[in-house]
Amino acid sequence: MSEYNLDYLDELEAEAIHILREVAGQFEKPALLFSGGKDSITLVRLAEKAFRPGKFPFPLVHIDTGHNFEETIQYRDEMVARIGEKLIIGSVQQSIDEGKVIEQTGKNASRNALQTVTLLDTILEHKFDACIGGARRDEEKARAKERIFSVRDEFGQWDPKRQRPELWNIYNGKIHKGENVRVFPISNWTELDVWNYIRRENIALPSIYFAHQRDCITRNGQLMAASPFLNMDDEDLVESKKVRFRTVGDMSCTAAVESDADLIDDIIQEISESKISERGARLDDKVSEAAMEDRKKGGYF
Amino acid sequence: MNILKFFTAGSVDDGKSTLIGRLLYDTDSILADQLEALQSSNRKNDDGTIDLAILTDGLRAEREQGITIDVAYKYFQTAKRKFIIADTPGHIQYTRNMVTGASTANLAIILIDARNGVVEQTIRHSYLVSLLGIKHIVVAINKMDMMDYSETVFTAIKEKYKALAQNLGLKEVTYIPVSALKGDNIVQPSTNMDWYEGESLLHFLEQVDTDLQDKTTKARMPVQWVIRPQTDELHDYRGYAGRVLSGTFKVNDKVTALPAGTSSTISKIEFFENELEQALAGQSVIIHLKDNIDISRGDTLVNSSALPIESKLIEADLCWMDTRALDTSIMYIIQHNSKTTKCKINEILHKVDINTLEKHTADEFKLNDIGRVIVKTADALAFDLYGDNRANGSAILIDSRTNLTVGALMFRASVE
Repeated sequence: MSEYNLDYLDELEAEAIHILREVAGQFEKPALLFSGGKDSITLVRLAEKAFRPGKFPFPLVHIDTGHNFEETIQYRDEMVARIGEKLIIGSVQQSIDEGKVIEQTGKNASRNALQTVTLLDTILEHKFDACIGGARRDEEKARAKERIFSVRDEFGQWDPKRQRPELWNIYNGKIHKGENVRVFPISNWTELDVWNYIRRENIALPSIYFAHQRDCITRNGQLMAASPFLNMDDEDLVESKKVRFRTVGDMSCTAAVESDADLIDDIIQEISESKISERGARLDDKVSEAAMEDRKKGGYF
Repeated sequence: MNILKFFTAGSVDDGKSTLIGRLLYDTDSILADQLEALQSSNRKNDDGTIDLAILTDGLRAEREQGITIDVAYKYFQTAKRKFIIADTPGHIQYTRNMVTGASTANLAIILIDARNGVVEQTIRHSYLVSLLGIKHIVVAINKMDMMDYSETVFTAIKEKYKALAQNLGLKEVTYIPVSALKGDNIVQPSTNMDWYEGESLLHFLEQVDTDLQDKTTKARMPVQWVIRPQTDELHDYRGYAGRVLSGTFKVNDKVTALPAGTSSTISKIEFFENELEQALAGQSVIIHLKDNIDISRGDTLVNSSALPIESKLIEADLCWMDTRALDTSIMYIIQHNSKTTKCKINEILHKVDINTLEKHTADEFKLNDIGRVIVKTADALAFDLYGDNRANGSAILIDSRTNLTVGALMFRASVE
């Protein structure tokens, strides 16, 4: 395809819209996984560009750990009301109550790993055959090798050695019953691309992405928001800091960075100069060099 | 700023991963925590410096075996361009991965080890580049540091490659002597090779004119999805959503919907909340027609004055991608843009020995085999020849027993 008259953001956008329309065309019951983070917010805008003035051919699905930033939930509900699309919530608390997963204990307890079970149950309950997600290949080295249409077996597992070749702009969404496909329309975007796009499109974000004063504690060298969801003890010193978040996940595993960037231009400036990658602020990736690969094999986003 | 997608062909021993690592490292595209993880890893070069190859070896098996199995995509940008690298393995058993990585690239970097010169692998990689129709080639002659940065060595390899390029019809070839390990001519011009007057690799990649790829002006848009809100105020709204593969569609252009062959005129082109005068190649838009004709997903809108080929019997190059061999007695699914239909491989015309480029007859087609076949499709496809239009001249084969993508097809002629 000769795309060279297009600016890079236009090209990335056109590719993502093409992928979203392929999902609509190839699957019976797709869903868009919405976390309230900037990547899935970007996906919602791309879906508007792909399908308006029609309705989305899929609902939004939020896997709710119960350990959310309040601001994210508020944002989610306002956004859903604005766009008038259906929202389905899969609750990790419910998975715990039903005994399907067991809450972790100890100082580093987090519900991050438990999400996978809730996600798979939600997929099963609604018979979703494709789940659109906001993962990008620049986030992590296992993700760098994942296909845009990434097939999962009926246990939700990703098998990196049996990935289908993905050629040209042709996506093979054929699956057997019980399997499903994770689709990543912004695979080829970088963190900076997403921010530049958000700026260009003037997309509103949850306020926690911008610098604000917050009570924090330091855990394993990283700043965590003080919250009832962290198992804190007397050794944890609560300090008020001016921070912002680069990713939005579960409160118990998303670290803050100290920042004065309260405007999007400042954030873009900060990221351009930053020497810590975005997932560097995610404790869930720090377990081992292959942490993400292992979680993806187990059915994670 | 635009995007350049390139892929790298070479083996571990040629220093391919080191070359990519070097590009990322020297353009400050490696962040502190990644660098930290890199330094804490126990793989080091002989002189104790960081092994930059680790940056691209993403999967556990690859780190354990020190090889690149799959296609890894890497991203970096400079003030001039955004780059997407498809890092593919160079060994013959990973031919299918290389074909995959090359399918979306507009430029190929072919790595040659200066100690060995043009070898069997170079021929194979160059053949794949010509097969996949990549117009720009950079021949990076690596490990110049181990050959005393000798101009004679460089020139001898260059002359030998020229003959190969001519044989394969590769026209736009640029030769750069480099040392990925030491950083010569990767980002900064080397101070060790005063005799070389060309640009560094990065500088070349930043300014190379990529318009050469797919210069076709024939307007094509496969319909992916029909937008019909069916609300009270948009009761008669019917828009055809798709991405323009090639050429330009303008309002008032006469277009034909294939395979039906019915024609109409473009009444409106929409992109989200805007109306456009024209839609360019690469843009995802919604097209409206003056007449209400029956069009659905899988159909293609084309400019009526430049129709594509329509045929059920197509001569194509095939790269086989599955461990289960081709079976000429069964039906496969062919996916050409948004269209899928059943097909059979009617005949294997020849297979190519991709190390020697010799053609020979064959009864079987196995993993990584490449050759010429005749495909018979249930429904006619509306296509262009791959050499004229990559996007509308390519298709994949799917095995309906496994749903795996088993073959890559490049259309070369209509048999009818």
